[in-house]
Amino acid sequence: MDKRQMIGCRIAREFKDGDYVNLGIGLPTMAVDYIPEGIHVVFQSENGMLGVGPSPAEGTEDPDMINAGGGFITALKGASFFDSALSFAIIRGGHIDATVLGALQVDQQGNLANWMIPGKMVPGMGGAMDLVTGARKVIVAMEHCDKHGNPKILKECNLPLTAKGKVSLIITDMAVIEVTVSGLVLCEVAAGTSVEEVLKATEAELIVPEQVGTFGM
Amino acid sequence: MAQMISAADAAAMIKPGTRLAIGGFLAVGAPEGIIDAIVERKIADLHMIVIASDWENRGVGKLVVANLIKSAQVSHLGTNKEIQAQMNAGKIDIELVPQGTLMERVRAAGAGLGGILTPTGVGTVVEEGKQIINLNGKDYILEHAIEVDVAIVKAWKADKMGNLIFRKTARNSNPIMAMAGKITIAEVDEIVEVGELDPEMIACPGVFVNYLVKSTEVANG
Repeated sequence: MDKRQMIGCRIAREFKDGDYVNLGIGLPTMAVDYIPEGIHVVFQSENGMLGVGPSPAEGTEDPDMINAGGGFITALKGASFFDSALSFAIIRGGHIDATVLGALQVDQQGNLANWMIPGKMVPGMGGAMDLVTGARKVIVAMEHCDKHGNPKILKECNLPLTAKGKVSLIITDMAVIEVTVSGLVLCEVAAGTSVEEVLKATEAELIVPEQVGTFGM
Repeated sequence: MAQMISAADAAAMIKPGTRLAIGGFLAVGAPEGIIDAIVERKIADLHMIVIASDWENRGVGKLVVANLIKSAQVSHLGTNKEIQAQMNAGKIDIELVPQGTLMERVRAAGAGLGGILTPTGVGTVVEEGKQIINLNGKDYILEHAIEVDVAIVKAWKADKMGNLIFRKTARNSNPIMAMAGKITIAEVDEIVEVGELDPEMIACPGVFVNYLVKSTEVANG
């Protein structure tokens, strides 16, 4: 299993049977391949669909069937289509059990920054602000450090926020960290990674309980 | 009854300065024929209200590449380098609006509401300069309705009364944009007689639709 697969596999364990889930573009979609047997999850695509199925076989793509990243998708039995206002009513109204998004930065107050780097990259927030505000559980899935090796889990985000205090769980290639009222709790470390290595790669203060689990075996 | 017109007639209704709402999501469900006709006529200084700026060669991205957009209210620019370049060069004035907020603001205009209260954006730059209203202990941003002069949308089928049905994820913002247009023009793959569409399937009633344009490129059936 490579890093991304390991993160995808760990994300998938967060879903309960019957959950309605919205996965962000990129890394979060890795979770689709690892939903445990017996767990049935309905995936939403915020452009107006519940019941997203796997990618179509080559040559069977339908130009009117895309996900929010523009990739071709299929519909599972029980799927539904609706307009964008209804789609965001589902999201903002608290009807989505979990959303999984990438991050540029996340901090120990559960703040998330993932939509712009002033002066460098301004793609816009798309649906991310609504998702992070409205979903019952917000899971950040990302590599623990940026490509230069700098920590992304900070004491305080310095990029423009996507939402304030909404993140519940952070899953990286090194650790699983829960956002609690007392601060960030290191719940699990990746197989082959030590607690010390996680602490070194994290700017935020981490609460380390006596028992820290392991994932990615 | 909705009046049947050509894409060129539709473009002729759009003037420089028009507040133009355009349906579609990453060019799926975009009225490509009307967009092409606007590009052909070089109708400039437009204010564009869209979910995303699509690609340089598909959807509303073509309007950007043709330098026809003066300002825009949009949630995502990530797929279109040209709009980012024009924004950075100060040629286009962009208001980034969270997608759910954008849809409700447009819907509010169509529904006769002055605005909406949303928790989205509280504690972020989105709230800057806006009124925060606390209801039952929770903060909401007062977001104003987005008024639309002309809405151009894409549907799968229309009857001659302008009732619209959509196909799969090509529905997206189209019924919402259609509600808000003072003039709404729908480009459709197929126009059928009144009575041929199942009333239960209609996702945009003809009351919102003034004109129909028959699409020349039918991708689906």
